[in-house]
Amino acid sequence: MKILVCISKTPDTTAKIAFTDNNTKFADAGVQWIINPYDEWYALVRAIELKEKDATTVIHLVTVGAADADPIIRKALALGGDEAIRVNTDSHDSFVIASQIAAVAKEGGYDLIFTGKETIDYNGSSIGGMVAELLDLPYVSLATKFDISGTTATITREIEGGEEVCEVSLPVTVSCQKGMAEQRIPNMKGIMGARTKPLKVKEPVAADALTSVAGFGLPPAKAGVKLVPADNPAELVRLLHEEAKAI
Amino acid sequence: MSVLIFIDQAEGHVKKASLEAITYGAAIAAQLNTTAEGVVLGTTHEDLAGLGKYGVKKIHHVNNEALNNFDAQVFTKVIAQAVEASSATIVVFSNNVDGKAIAPRLSARLKAGLVAGAVALPDTSNGFVVKKNVFSGKAFANISVTTAIKIISLSPNAYKTVATEGNAEVVPLNAVVDTGKIKITAVHKVSGEISLAEADVVVSGGRGLKGPENWGMIEELAKLLHAATACSRPVADIGWRPHHEHVGQTGLAIAPNLYIAIGISGAIQHLAGVNRSKIIVVINKDPEAPFFKAADYGIVGDIFEVVPKIIEAVKQLK
Repeated sequence: MKILVCISKTPDTTAKIAFTDNNTKFADAGVQWIINPYDEWYALVRAIELKEKDATTVIHLVTVGAADADPIIRKALALGGDEAIRVNTDSHDSFVIASQIAAVAKEGGYDLIFTGKETIDYNGSSIGGMVAELLDLPYVSLATKFDISGTTATITREIEGGEEVCEVSLPVTVSCQKGMAEQRIPNMKGIMGARTKPLKVKEPVAADALTSVAGFGLPPAKAGVKLVPADNPAELVRLLHEEAKAI
Repeated sequence: MSVLIFIDQAEGHVKKASLEAITYGAAIAAQLNTTAEGVVLGTTHEDLAGLGKYGVKKIHHVNNEALNNFDAQVFTKVIAQAVEASSATIVVFSNNVDGKAIAPRLSARLKAGLVAGAVALPDTSNGFVVKKNVFSGKAFANISVTTAIKIISLSPNAYKTVATEGNAEVVPLNAVVDTGKIKITAVHKVSGEISLAEADVVVSGGRGLKGPENWGMIEELAKLLHAATACSRPVADIGWRPHHEHVGQTGLAIAPNLYIAIGISGAIQHLAGVNRSKIIVVINKDPEAPFFKAADYGIVGDIFEVVPKIIEAVKQLK
């Protein structure tokens, strides 16, 4: 079985969010970069678990980004995976990114394509669906469990107020979230091994951006908390009812 | 031209998030002097004509029971046919579980720019620009879409449903429906609970509750307020509460009208999942808890004393 895991580089979850260039660009000076948590903890780790069960499984990682994404993809390789592909373009448009991943996927002939459910920077939740459409593959989004038997995958996905279980024949594209696997810490063997794993750099295929960012902004700051004394919680209920009209 | 709204159903009933999408789509249609049309897939228990009160003028109904089984690949092709039938130039989804699966597919299929998770009406004064949240709610971005067809998926709870009067014309759409590759084998609904993603009020507990046996008061308060229950990540990780209740950066991101956080300190990752809530109430014994900085109302005190008193006061109110 061949698995392609899509990896994105995102700012650390505690990074300060600010913008430069007249609010058109993320201020990345001093920002710590990480593997997008959904890509790492759920998509990649689940793929590694599948390989641990079946050693013939091959895992490739793909990222779309400039050379500054290399440390991130090496970090992902330290967790697991056999080789990585970086498509050398700095686009932030989902369709351009999905087109690159689809081109890599087509060439590699994968049985499974895993993405995280969304990136924590653009929160688009779009790449998996777009890749699936470009390859005319079924797509199961927001998966919380994934198992495989022969060529049939059994996948649990989130629905409103519960979960749904489905079966699908490979190949399939899946977006992964909490429940799929548990976070792992790379060990020294993995870190040393990652240095010698192949990281292939490919030039992008042609694709037109469908959207662009006109500008960023920060939400207005809260006016400040109105504190109610602990001995009079009924006052809180009154405020929520009469002032906030929330209950 | 028209604005086409995908009206999402669960077991033949229109989802609350879709009513928001209809209201939103109708407002865009009014803004652009065109009409709002809807598309419904599969069999329905609803009075579709009655959805006209949310502003939709015409509903294309693909009454094919094969579509009662959700498969994004099949749905996308059917919706693409509805886009053609309605000559739509704008397609609106809710950015709910199904919207997240279909909207990107349709975007790739039609080469139509997608704004995923819109929080406001498009600004059409200079081009077509839609505001959405980015960086998990810590910032927003204005996204410009230049393609002929534009797709917007609306964040749940970002746009208020407005019902007036009116009936929609319901027309059957004889679309080609492919045989899906996905077979749904089981549905597990947490019965009797209000869906967290769609709830107006959410009562949430953290490590301050000290153990799963103390959740009774959270559940009681939630029940009184017709609220959904939620929890912080550590609580889900140690197994006090089920994972599907975890709100935060790596759990569910929610935007209720009222979020009541009890015994949660408010780590930045937790705030990222709840900071779009309109009113935030924090009850915590630690006055230095970072959550107070993001709150509208707060009580510094022992939750085991404060919360039962709140429950009493809510009962008095009812």
